[in-house]
Amino acid sequence: MTAPPLVAPPREKTRVPLTSRVPSRFLPVIATFVVFVLTFGAGSIRYEGFATGQVVANLFIDNAFLIVVAVGMTFVILTGGIDLSVGSVVALSTMIAAATLRAGWPAWLVILAVLATGALLGLGMGVMVHRFGVQPFIATLAGMFLARGLCFVISVESVSIKDGTFRDIALASIELPGEVAITYGVVIALIVVAVAAYVLHLTRFGRTVYAVGGSESSATLMGLRTGRVKVGVYVISGFCSALGGLLFSFYMLSGYSLHAVGLELDAIAAVVVGGTLLAGGVGYVVGSVVGVLVLGTVQTLISFEGTLSSWWTKIVIGVLLLAFIALQRLIVRRQPVK
Amino acid sequence: MTRSRLLWPLLALVALLLLNLVFTPSFFALRIQDGHLFGSLVDILRNGAPTLLIALGMTLVIATRGIDLSVGAVAAIAGAVTCTHIATTGDAIGGMALALGLCAVLGLWNGFLVSVIGIQPIIATLVLMTAGRGMAMLVTEGQIVTVNNDVFAKVGAGFLVLPIAILISLAVLAGVALLTRRTALGMLIEAVGVNPEASRLAGVRSRTIIWTVYVFSALCAGVAGLMIASNVNAADANNAGLWIEMDAILAVVIGGTSLAGGRYSLTGTLIGALVIQTLTTTVYTIGVPPETTLVFKAAVVIVVCLLQAPRLTRTFRVPVPQKAGA
Repeated sequence: MTAPPLVAPPREKTRVPLTSRVPSRFLPVIATFVVFVLTFGAGSIRYEGFATGQVVANLFIDNAFLIVVAVGMTFVILTGGIDLSVGSVVALSTMIAAATLRAGWPAWLVILAVLATGALLGLGMGVMVHRFGVQPFIATLAGMFLARGLCFVISVESVSIKDGTFRDIALASIELPGEVAITYGVVIALIVVAVAAYVLHLTRFGRTVYAVGGSESSATLMGLRTGRVKVGVYVISGFCSALGGLLFSFYMLSGYSLHAVGLELDAIAAVVVGGTLLAGGVGYVVGSVVGVLVLGTVQTLISFEGTLSSWWTKIVIGVLLLAFIALQRLIVRRQPVK
Repeated sequence: MTRSRLLWPLLALVALLLLNLVFTPSFFALRIQDGHLFGSLVDILRNGAPTLLIALGMTLVIATRGIDLSVGAVAAIAGAVTCTHIATTGDAIGGMALALGLCAVLGLWNGFLVSVIGIQPIIATLVLMTAGRGMAMLVTEGQIVTVNNDVFAKVGAGFLVLPIAILISLAVLAGVALLTRRTALGMLIEAVGVNPEASRLAGVRSRTIIWTVYVFSALCAGVAGLMIASNVNAADANNAGLWIEMDAILAVVIGGTSLAGGRYSLTGTLIGALVIQTLTTTVYTIGVPPETTLVFKAAVVIVVCLLQAPRLTRTFRVPVPQKAGA
């Protein structure tokens, strides 16, 4: 006796619009990816030697620190907060690394010290936000001033890094198939992205992050530990900024108080372009990574063009920001009222 | 309520001034020379004028539960346009009018994004903050445009017993105070800040009001940009008004205006702006090494914010989570 063959019910042939086949929460990320492909495609058509593996690898090499910082920023923005201090914390990290290395500390201790400082600054801001009800904007603004100020206290001048371990890590390259080389910074950045995605989607902490962003009072009433998460995201952001600062010091091999000025805006722009809602609750770290790549491609395009001045980068980033916000606005409007 | 909110910033201001007096006994000395008033206090007022002006515009924006991050970029654009115009035609009045007209357009743009498209203010103005400096550099072609024009120099560096810059700022303060506190406008602005939808249903033209405050903020930023450029007789697209939006927002917050919107205090903003500027001056006069200015500033900001923090006074009660924005 054989079971009747399972026949799939005849598919309806009516065309389903794209928006209902793909969950709308993925749309911004997909749109970002399309923009990335388009800008990169435009570059490869226009310039010889643009569409090579090394140019893509360079996108990652040049922006590894920004990827790490943007990942931390994504956590904060997902809870509906904002972290303006990241640029200054990056600068402070390069400065601490350079100064302590010059003082003869071993490399591992330097790395620990830098990461601990970042996490500690983040903790301070998180406590201000959660415990004392200071608005995230103001609390992290104070953090921004503090971190930048501490840089100047350490040294007003640029300090170069001559430590052997740091130089080895900085200058080593990993050969990939296809004559493409990447640095350890890229590997670290990708690990951070993977860990962040794991934490956000597969742990209780991550789900609480989304819940707090959706509605903090509901999350509290559900019995979630919102306080821990609200402080935690700032610690994560501080830690990521410090790690980003380490990558940046590998990249520049120097510590300087004026490193990474305005980086917070780039990070926020990358997160927004990556499809994360600033109101919180919606977004993915992968989106932020693609967002960073879009910004990086724009910069690469402008440097390939050669005749265009650097200020066009700012204008283009502004226009991109605008386009993505408008897109998000459209998607949010189409959704039924939450 | 208002008094208690203004108490800490006022005490901070007094403490800073007394600190100066201890270190420099002649700090409060004023003298008149060539019909101009000179002295450290006058310097504080003069250097604080652009921040105060921008903070005034920011106060109204924040009262509607918004924020305007683009003011620094707008100030840079105003300076760039004016100086470029003066450098090519020598016409200062026309240049300033052109710049302010452009600023009004930029304010309209911000207001359009916020009130019509409904984008969050912080991100809507971030667009112009990022792109604006690029535009200013486009105008100056990446150069620092220096000008030499007597009329223009008056705006930032001129004197009418007191520095003209602070007179402009105070005049705007008085104008805004009259316009919003003697008419219903102030209440309408606060109503929009509390709940834009409810106030629209109650018959308030929320959209027009939001639009107006952004235009006003951009105009204030424009005038401040003129002061900054005129003070050094040059337009520096990169550095003019850099981080002034942060100073202005700090001034507003120190003055007791909540970023959650719905209430504002112009007096508070005045005190806040003075605290910020006095702080900077203090660092120079008491001989703190200039490189620690920012740490000092951060410390004061943190202390003032924590003292004002709503939860510090009621830590024994269960904290009620608040959700600002929608």
